[in-house]
Amino acid sequence: MKVKNNIAVSENGFIFNPGSGESFTVNPVGLEMLNHLRKGLSHSEIIAAMQASYNVEADNAERDLLDFIEMMRQYRLMQHDDE
Amino acid sequence: MSPKKTYERPIIKKLESNMPNKFGMRTIYEPVTHVEGHAVKDLIRDHGSPVFVISEKKIRKNYRAAKQAFETRYPKVQFAWSYKTNYLDAVCKIYHQEGSWAEVVSGFEYDKAIRNGVEGSKIIFNGPDKSEADLRKAVTNNSLIHIDHLDELYLLQDIAKNSKQRPKVAIRVNLDTGIFPMWDRFGFNYENGQAWDALNKIMFSGQMDLVGLHTHIGTFMLSAGAYAVAASKLAHLAQSVLAKYNHEIKYIDMGGGFASKNTLKGSFLPGSDISPSIDDFAEAITSALMNSDYRPKTPPLLIIESGRALIDDAAWLLGSVLANKRLSDGRRSTILDIGVNILFTAFWYDHKITPAQAFTSYTEDTALYGPLCMNIDVVRESINMPLLNKGDQVVVHHVGAYNMTQWMQFITLRPKVLLIDEYGKLHVIRNNETLSTLTDLEAVPPHLVHFEL
Repeated sequence: MKVKNNIAVSENGFIFNPGSGESFTVNPVGLEMLNHLRKGLSHSEIIAAMQASYNVEADNAERDLLDFIEMMRQYRLMQHDDE
Repeated sequence: MSPKKTYERPIIKKLESNMPNKFGMRTIYEPVTHVEGHAVKDLIRDHGSPVFVISEKKIRKNYRAAKQAFETRYPKVQFAWSYKTNYLDAVCKIYHQEGSWAEVVSGFEYDKAIRNGVEGSKIIFNGPDKSEADLRKAVTNNSLIHIDHLDELYLLQDIAKNSKQRPKVAIRVNLDTGIFPMWDRFGFNYENGQAWDALNKIMFSGQMDLVGLHTHIGTFMLSAGAYAVAASKLAHLAQSVLAKYNHEIKYIDMGGGFASKNTLKGSFLPGSDISPSIDDFAEAITSALMNSDYRPKTPPLLIIESGRALIDDAAWLLGSVLANKRLSDGRRSTILDIGVNILFTAFWYDHKITPAQAFTSYTEDTALYGPLCMNIDVVRESINMPLLNKGDQVVVHHVGAYNMTQWMQFITLRPKVLLIDEYGKLHVIRNNETLSTLTDLEAVPPHLVHFEL
């Protein structure tokens, strides 16, 4: 699963989905995870990157990343790899 | 190498374009890191999580403000501390030191008041459950017995006759003050004549001293005007007794039920905005009494049994985050070690809950659950909370009333209760329960001692 290609993301965490017209905000940690996801980094790479920047244990970062991806999916901001 | 940044969990929030709230209210969160000068993290480290903390200074301040509100408006006022609101000995003794009598509603509470050193004549015995032994004790101690029903009245008559003692009695009166729901399960009804009938029985028996009239019109009353109606009706009853029997009622007990600043579930505005002040209640009651047609030689003593309004904001419950979860509909849920077992008032109030450490401006709609493996264990169904992590600490506000009496030993043990005195010194006033607190009361029959699995 990856982030939809047409999603617009601003530097300060404002997200616009032109497909639905819906807007979202993310906090700085969410923005960093989102940018890593858009670059196509794997989960383990993202967790390592988060640990490099933040004081966070791998377990917590993984739990939060999976939760974040799930919320992105519920907001229809993700697409299957073959879409 | 630059230091690592502080982590908070990622959130994504959909921007809604609903109508703006015309009241302009927003959730303002400031961390509450200290309670009366003590760091929350230190209190939890030293005394465990969760833990109740009570402020003696705040209790005394509330009491004195309430006393002043009534005494500046009426010549004779007496407060009686409502034991059921919080009957921890240390708490009761603060009120007794301030001059409060005791108001009890069971034999257990009566014995607790006696044990606390309250003179029998300064104990008001209310409630529908007074055993014959309780009543005999109360009669011997000259306590003020507020009769709840005719069976109790007849029993007291028997006790008086057999013991040759004269019980000091009042009747509890329930009445229509124009509010809903009307409490009519306690005492004798005013409008249908039950109350007058009971008073006649007492006066005709000649075996009891009718000293007072009592009412308690409801709980968490948001209308001060209802008390004015109640006071007028009691004064009318008193005047009727004076006219018919030439007998002066010595006191009028208006009970309690004054709302605190908590927010009732379903209330649109917070309790801090809509609850009447203690001065509002005092003004309504004293004006009604003084404007009534009751004209004894000496004005009756006005007794107030307020509990909640005097203690609710003098206590906090400190706890910790156990876990975060995502519900099936996408809502965030946070599990605290505070549940309805110790925060019983979560069934009635949307308690204010504040994180005890710094956080960012990001918030998330969250369901706050307690630790019990029971579906009913909901602390807040929906609250806009900053992003809490496992191990973070929270402060629940306004928990002084009813939680330390209605708490349940259910699934887990009850925590410590701390008192911060007027000089900031910390005292443990109730220790945490241990397994033996419970098992000491149990017994296993011999044939059930051994088993093999």
